[in-house]
Amino acid sequence: MSLRNPPRPAGGLPGTETSDVDELGRHRRRNMLRWARRSNRPPWLSIFIVLFVLVLPALLANLITVHDPLRGVLGDRLTPPAWMEGGSTTYLLGTDKQGRDILTRIIFGARISLTVSTLTILIGAVVGSTLGLLAGYFGGWIDRLVSWMIDTFLSLPHVLLALVIVAAIGPSFVTIIAIIAVTIWASFARQVRGETLSVRETEYVARARVAGAPPWRILLRHVLPNIANTLIVLATLQVGVVILEESSLSFIGAGIPRPNPSWGVMVADGRDQILTSWWVSFFPGLAILLVVLSLNLLGDWLRDFLDPKMRQRG
Amino acid sequence: MSDLSSTPLAQGRAGTGSGSPVLEVKDLRTYLYTRWGVTKAVDGVSFHLDRGETLGIVGESGSGKSMLALSLVRLTPEPASRNEGGQVLLGGRDLLALSEKHMRAIRGKEISMILQDPQQSLNPVFSVGNQLREAIQVHDRSLSGEATRDRSLAALKSVRVPAPERRLRSFPHQLSGGMKQRIVGAMAMAYQPQVLIADEPTTALDVTIQAQYLRLLEDLQERTGVGIILITHDFGVIAESCDRVAVMYAGRIVEQGPVAAIFDNPRHPYTRALLESRPKAGSRKARLQSIEGQPPSLNDLSPGCRFAERCSYAMSRCEEEYPPTVVIDGPHGAACWRSEEAPWAIN
Repeated sequence: MSLRNPPRPAGGLPGTETSDVDELGRHRRRNMLRWARRSNRPPWLSIFIVLFVLVLPALLANLITVHDPLRGVLGDRLTPPAWMEGGSTTYLLGTDKQGRDILTRIIFGARISLTVSTLTILIGAVVGSTLGLLAGYFGGWIDRLVSWMIDTFLSLPHVLLALVIVAAIGPSFVTIIAIIAVTIWASFARQVRGETLSVRETEYVARARVAGAPPWRILLRHVLPNIANTLIVLATLQVGVVILEESSLSFIGAGIPRPNPSWGVMVADGRDQILTSWWVSFFPGLAILLVVLSLNLLGDWLRDFLDPKMRQRG
Repeated sequence: MSDLSSTPLAQGRAGTGSGSPVLEVKDLRTYLYTRWGVTKAVDGVSFHLDRGETLGIVGESGSGKSMLALSLVRLTPEPASRNEGGQVLLGGRDLLALSEKHMRAIRGKEISMILQDPQQSLNPVFSVGNQLREAIQVHDRSLSGEATRDRSLAALKSVRVPAPERRLRSFPHQLSGGMKQRIVGAMAMAYQPQVLIADEPTTALDVTIQAQYLRLLEDLQERTGVGIILITHDFGVIAESCDRVAVMYAGRIVEQGPVAAIFDNPRHPYTRALLESRPKAGSRKARLQSIEGQPPSLNDLSPGCRFAERCSYAMSRCEEEYPPTVVIDGPHGAACWRSEEAPWAIN
């Protein structure tokens, strides 16, 4: 509350005088305005977290770490974080049971999370959008086929599917990317198909058709740019989903093969010592939590920000 | 139904345009195949359009006007609609016989169309210049950036857009309604087509902007000689800007002729009823005259006259046999058994 709104004097029910009612109404309105403005402000904390926990570590992992993420110093195994008794500033967040620095591994883990999410979302978005555009624009049997595929893929139990595939061909970087891409293309396809259906009916698409534009041109020039907002928002939200999925798969051992420092693998590795050396699981888990939460908040904000109706008001 | 093209009606008004029609439609039929049966949306329509002429097509909702317009450029909804015969001759070529690719090269270049809501016809995410460039490059990919820009500017100037250089950088939401229409007009006219189809271009506008828009079309026509097909349900618009008018009812043209003849001497009871149902300035009647009943379902048509059910002058013959088109006077013709006596004459 700002200083221009002095606190209401104690005693006497608010709203007993007409001037008080007015004052209250104005006050409430001003607060609502402030809320509206606040919800439109960029979520700086989320951006900060995504940048400093995910993006920068992933890009600069080699430059900002001094330890080896894969080979530890066995003598320093299970060192607690620096601020705890027995901790050392050499290992800021402590070490795991093989004496590897947790912070270093989290930083290299960010690289895996970012690579996996970028690649899977790229594949998923391209495949999903293409099929969604075709289904939404042309309808008919293409639409029936694509919609059937979307429904099928969305109803597959992802974890089970992943376990079956990994059991059959073994865990690897490529396998996990393929598995996740297969599970996320459908959400892109469904969203794009729906939006295409509505953009297809607009007057400017009709105009382009009347002007002699071929279908591929209409799709690329008119439909795609008009659904780009949705795609960006969906992709942002999906980064969180993918990181969570990769971590889950890695946790159960169907994801990134050891000893690579995936966050999910790290959480799994610390399970046995959770009561004695909680930091082994805790910090990678915290990284997952912060990054996924921030990405979701960022996506929500982006959705409002990119909505032309909201922008006009601002 | 008789073939209108063989009657004097289709020969064109003396003194209008070059005499030889730019567009000739013969016995055009477009049927829609739906779950509920076959809808004969356009059922044997014939007319022609001369160079520099404006033909009004008037009729109530569901009479097949819009479907007719879409049939001309072969953009009827797929896959429900099918062409069931007839010809659309543009400069001697039958558009219905062309390949889709060939047809695409003609749309927007030789035959253009302005849609019902020009306000919404611009893509909100691109600048005006960008969209004009696209409309131009669709038909000529080899055009250089400079040449395209010149053409865009020329197109904007042709519709009298002030400060065209600045407008190229504007986005649709920065423009007024009237401006947007002009730009849509500029896009439709970028290649100086021979035929421009305007499907209810004024329905979404208020009256002053309507008048402006009609004047703009007239202006374009004078300079380029484009033949305009103006589809509307508003006789006021017809009176203001058309040379000839065709009245559509239930998928067929029931009367066509010069505007003055239709207004002064309607020879089809439906035309007469439509004219009666206009609001008139100075009239003190509280209620508007309406036509009793509903247009017939286009799925299940009787062999007789489609208006018979609602017609106060119907005879028994009307319900049994569809009337041939009777030539009233030169280009004026009507498809009614009683068009000669015209018991509904306006005094």
